[in-house]
Amino acid sequence: MSPWLLVALWSLQAPAGTSRTLHVSPGGPLPTLTAALEAAAAGDTIVVRSGVYQEPEIVVRKRVTILGEGAPVLRGGDHQILRIVADSVTLRGLVFRDVSPSAVDDRAAIRVEGARGCRIEDNTVVNSYFGIYLAKAAGCAILGNRITGPATTESLTGNAIHSWSSEDLVIEGNVLRGHRDGLYFEFTTDTKVRDNVSTANLRYGIHFMFSHGCSYTGNRFIANRAGSAVMYSRGVVMEGNRFLESRGASIYGLLGKDLVDSRITGNLFASNTGGLYLEGVIRVEVRGNEFMSNGWGAVVMADAEGTRFERNRFQENSFDVSTNGANATTRFAENYWDRYPGYDLDGDGYGDVPFAPVRLFAFIVQQHDPALILQRSFFVSLLDAAERVAPILTPRMMEDARPSMAWPAPGIGQ
Amino acid sequence: MSNAVKVLRYQLRDIVRNRWMLAYGLVLLALTEGLFRLGGDGGRVILSLLNVVLILVPLVALTFGTLYLYNAREFIELLLTQPVGRGAMFAGLWGGLALPLCLILLGGIGLPFLLHVAASPIPTRSLVVLLGTGCLLTAAFTAIAFLIALRFEDRARGFGSALVVWLICAVVYDGMVLLVVTTFRDYPLETPLLTLILLNPLDLGRVLLLLDFDVAALMGYTGAVFKRFLGTSLGIGVGLAALSAWTIVPLWFGLRRFRRRDF
Repeated sequence: MSPWLLVALWSLQAPAGTSRTLHVSPGGPLPTLTAALEAAAAGDTIVVRSGVYQEPEIVVRKRVTILGEGAPVLRGGDHQILRIVADSVTLRGLVFRDVSPSAVDDRAAIRVEGARGCRIEDNTVVNSYFGIYLAKAAGCAILGNRITGPATTESLTGNAIHSWSSEDLVIEGNVLRGHRDGLYFEFTTDTKVRDNVSTANLRYGIHFMFSHGCSYTGNRFIANRAGSAVMYSRGVVMEGNRFLESRGASIYGLLGKDLVDSRITGNLFASNTGGLYLEGVIRVEVRGNEFMSNGWGAVVMADAEGTRFERNRFQENSFDVSTNGANATTRFAENYWDRYPGYDLDGDGYGDVPFAPVRLFAFIVQQHDPALILQRSFFVSLLDAAERVAPILTPRMMEDARPSMAWPAPGIGQ
Repeated sequence: MSNAVKVLRYQLRDIVRNRWMLAYGLVLLALTEGLFRLGGDGGRVILSLLNVVLILVPLVALTFGTLYLYNAREFIELLLTQPVGRGAMFAGLWGGLALPLCLILLGGIGLPFLLHVAASPIPTRSLVVLLGTGCLLTAAFTAIAFLIALRFEDRARGFGSALVVWLICAVVYDGMVLLVVTTFRDYPLETPLLTLILLNPLDLGRVLLLLDFDVAALMGYTGAVFKRFLGTSLGIGVGLAALSAWTIVPLWFGLRRFRRRDF
């Protein structure tokens, strides 16, 4: 590297000694954040003291750090509250309130537009149309924010965290509720979503499309009106999440459609109408998950290719597995089924006879939805008994050749 | 009317001493208590009891009802020599059977719940629906049993018919419903299905109870339609009327036979 370039790089850095701290307070010399941003230079820190600030849309065009002191409230109204267009902006400890819905533009409390390296941390957003809206952002971190929507109707609320055409984001430890979708990703790549809680949203807890190479770990999606949906994406990793209490007709804890080369591991699906739904997926690995007390544990459409269910736990579901066609290529191995009636004579921890998890009645219901009204009737118990007596009745399209006798299956560490 | 009460009181005393009644009560008690001991909370116990109530209660009411009337033949003949009206007599006989059966049901299932009320929360509404359905089913199937016993002079044929009636209500009917669902899959089936379910007391009882539980959520669109209908006061009224009709209609026919019968 030539010395000239080094000098040029050094001069780009703001001289450390000249970085200032500006204070915004109602009635002070800088009564608005807008005024402070005018006065600030790149690298400065702006401290917003507690109070309520009602300003026109605030645009951050400089590389600044904005800190709230004593939870200052920035109010919106018929416009966005804050728009970040500069790189490396930090936003911490502010409260954003009241952005009214609009049919024309996607107003948000915080919008990041074409910026890199921003850090939005520990803010509170209440009653806003969209919460945090990222458009063409890169390398941003959205950490520990609490975003609570008005929970009115699907058309009058936006998404809590909305990301469009962005990359390399980290979204961690946020609590999202009462919006349309808790997390929404479209054309967003290489993003990590960790330890968020998305609950009581009007549509999906998480909803993403065309978002490749993203990972979702340790999140909780609870009682969202339409569960969660991941679609049209490659290389998705979903690990250690909890999908709970998604209820209603054709509502699933996690709906996966047209996923390619993805992993769904170590998640918990509990108390949903449908736990996991897979349609048109290719090479998806479903491993070490727990399906507990769902209506349907897993629904795998026959067009799923090269999908594997291994070492999962199926317990207390009305139907463990269901499918819609006979030529299913999904493979099951070493799962634990609480319904497994077989035995393990050689004592290796795996049953000696295969288990066909798709019950006859489940298959009938998949094709004729109204038949569900016979659920838990004596007749259906007889159907189950008949299957046991005459196994030829059980649809054989899916079979676990080596069902585990216990969970966790022997020989794995988890 | 007082004659009816007298007959009823005598019957009550007679039936309470009956060993089968005692066994019935003990079975219910042991079953409910056992389900609690197996670690179920109130809701899950009720759900497990659902099929017991729906299968056992009608079966007991039917078999016990027919046998009871056949065995009471001499007693009836004796009483008819006395100045007792046939209507009062019939009411007393039926009440004297249905009432203790209901009490045993309430006690056998209700007692364990009372014992465990402190340990686990009891979904009161579901329990009321379960016990209410059980009592209505008892009333309905004892009435049907009486009708059968009066229809057939021969005890074996009467007993056989009672079992056939039970089989139809508990199994064959649902098979038929499934057949309807698969045959007419291209049509909107919610309303016909609702009617079909209303027509069978066992199905109606089951659906009423299931709608009270989480499993209702998985019943999809049909479940939603049922819930919307049976959740309204009109729906509850229609459901109750349908269940009561299963008591009133056989009773009425039974009474007619009883009046004309030449003992």
